[in-house]
Amino acid sequence: MVRREPFYWVSVSCGIMVLAFILLPLMEMLTAPSGAMLKETLHDPAVVRSIRLSITTALSAACISFVIGTPLAYVLARSQFRGKHVIEGIIDLPIVIPHPVVGIAILSVAGRNHWLGNFMSELGIRIMGSTTGIIVVLTFVGMPFYINALKSGIEAISPRLENVSRSLGASMWSTFARVTLPLAWRSVLVGFIMCCARAISEFGAVVVVAYHPMIAPVLIYERYEGYGLKYSQPVAVWLVLVCLTLFLLLRILALPGKKTS
Amino acid sequence: MIEIRNLKVHLGEFQLKNIDLTIEDSGFFVLMGPTGAGKTVLLEALAGLVPVLDGSIVIDGRDTTRLPPEKRGVGIMYQDYALFPHLTIEHNITYGLRYHRHDRHTARKRFERLVNDLGISHLLKRHPDTLSGGELQRAALARSLIVEPRVVLLDEPLSALDQNFREEIRQLLRQIHRSLGITFFMVTHDFSEALTLATQAAVMNSGSIVQTGTIKDIFQRPVTSFVADFVGMKNVFPATFSGNIAQVGAVSVEVAKRHGNGNGYIAIRPEDIVISLKPLDSSMRNSFAGVIRGIVDQGFLYEVHIEVHDLTFRSLVTKGSAVDLGLDSGMSVSLSFKSSTVHVF
Repeated sequence: MVRREPFYWVSVSCGIMVLAFILLPLMEMLTAPSGAMLKETLHDPAVVRSIRLSITTALSAACISFVIGTPLAYVLARSQFRGKHVIEGIIDLPIVIPHPVVGIAILSVAGRNHWLGNFMSELGIRIMGSTTGIIVVLTFVGMPFYINALKSGIEAISPRLENVSRSLGASMWSTFARVTLPLAWRSVLVGFIMCCARAISEFGAVVVVAYHPMIAPVLIYERYEGYGLKYSQPVAVWLVLVCLTLFLLLRILALPGKKTS
Repeated sequence: MIEIRNLKVHLGEFQLKNIDLTIEDSGFFVLMGPTGAGKTVLLEALAGLVPVLDGSIVIDGRDTTRLPPEKRGVGIMYQDYALFPHLTIEHNITYGLRYHRHDRHTARKRFERLVNDLGISHLLKRHPDTLSGGELQRAALARSLIVEPRVVLLDEPLSALDQNFREEIRQLLRQIHRSLGITFFMVTHDFSEALTLATQAAVMNSGSIVQTGTIKDIFQRPVTSFVADFVGMKNVFPATFSGNIAQVGAVSVEVAKRHGNGNGYIAIRPEDIVISLKPLDSSMRNSFAGVIRGIVDQGFLYEVHIEVHDLTFRSLVTKGSAVDLGLDSGMSVSLSFKSSTVHVF
C-alpha cells in the first residue's frame, strides 16, 4: 500500500474543515424548523409574496444583464483597446463596494436632487420603495458576474470560427447569432445563474433603496429582528429550497459533457 | 486577378511593410516563409479580417481594401479547419449559402457535386469532432467552395495532417483548383508543398515580400541569402533527363515520373535516403555504394554525408540506428531511396 505524504493529510483535513464550515450552519438551519412550522410558513401570504418577489426581481436583473451585458462582454472578449482595463475595473466595482453604499449611491442619482432622478420622476419611474428600484439594485450588483462569466466563455471560442463565418458572407450580427452565441450558450447560462444567485442574496443595498415591497432577505431580517431566530428560520429554509431547486434545474441544463461548446 | 499595392498593416508590434503582389487569375499562388513572417496576417488582410493602414487590394478590378469580409468574395480556410463544432458537416458546408443569391436547385446540385468530388457524402450527418484530419480538411474545403468565392485563401492546409493524408490532400487541391478555375492563395512554411502546387510563388520574411516569381525562379535564382537558405532543400543536383532516368554526373537516378528529355534538377529529402551496410533487397529503385565522409550531430538525428562518385548525398538517421549500424567516417555503406521520393523540376 502506498504511504500517503503528510501534505495529502493536511489537504484532506482542510477540505473537511471547509465542508463542515459551509454545511454545518446550513444543515442546522434547514433542520431546525419542524414540518408543521414549515407548512404553516408556506401559508403565510407575506412569505410567499416575498419569495416570489425575490425570484422575479432576480430573474429580471439577470434578463437585463443578458440584454445589455452580452454585447459588452463580446467587445471586452474580442477587442484590444486603450482603457480596456479601466472599463473592466469599473465593471467589477459593484463586487467590491460595500452593499449599503451601493444603495446610497443609487439613491443619490435617483432622488429628486439629481437631474436623472427628476427626469425619471417625470417619466413616472420611481426607484425609492418600488419593485423597479429593487430590480435596479439587483442588476447593479449582479451584472458584473454575468459579464465576467460570458467574457471568459467568448474568449475560449476561436476567433477563427467568426472569421470563417464572415468570409462565407455572414455579417457580424449574423455571425454572433449563428456561431458565437450558440457556442457560448453555456457561459451565458452560467453567467445568468451567477447573476441570479448574487441578486437573490442581496440585502444591504435593497434595504436602503426599497424596504418595501419586501423581498425575502428583508422579510427574514424583519422576522429575526421582530420575533427572533425561530421565526426567521422557516422563511430562510423556504428561500433556500426554492432557490436551490431553481438553480439545480438551470445547472442540469448546463451540465458539462454535451458537445456544443 | 489580385493586385496588392503598397499594403501596410500594423498589428501591435508586428508590421506588414509595402507589400506589392500581382496574382494571376485562376492561378495557384503560394506564399512561403518561416513561422512569424506575417503570412497569415497578409492572408487575413486580404480577407478583410485585419485593418489595413495603407495601400490597396484590388480583386478582379474591384477595390476591396475597405470592404467588410462578407462583401469581398474571398473564402478562407485555416490550418485547424475552423469547422463550426456545433453544426453537422452538412450544415457547415451549407452555412454560407443563405448569404448568396442562388436558387435552391442550383445550390443543391453544387452541394451534391462538391461532396461527391471531395468524397465526404457519407460524413454529412456527423459533427466535426468525430472526423479525421483529412476528412475535416475536405469538409472545410467544400464549405469554402460552395459559395463560389473569387479567391480561396488557404492557411497552411497541409501542416496539421500526417504524411499519408498530406499527399492525398495535395492531389485533391491540385485537382479542385484545375476543375474550378478559382484563384488559390496558399501560405506555407514548407517549400516542398510549393514545389508541387504553385504556379506562382513568393517568399516572405519579417513582414516583407523578399522575392516573387515562378517556383523555379525562386529555387534556381534566389535573390537573397535568406531565400537561398529558405529553399535550401538538401540533395539538389542538376540533371540530364532521358525518360525516367536522371543522369547526375556519373550517377543514374531513376525517377517516378517521366520528365521528358532535357535538363532540369532533382531533389531528394535527406530523410528519404536509407543507409544500410549492404545493398538492400527491396522495392527501392535507387541503390548506390558510397563512403561516409562526415557525420553531423543534429540533436535527435545525425546528418550523414555519403560520397557516391563525385556527388555527396546527405541522409538523416536516428542516433539509435547510427549506433546499431556502427556508422563512422570513411566507412563503406549502401544508400537507397525510392524513385517516388525524387522531386523533379
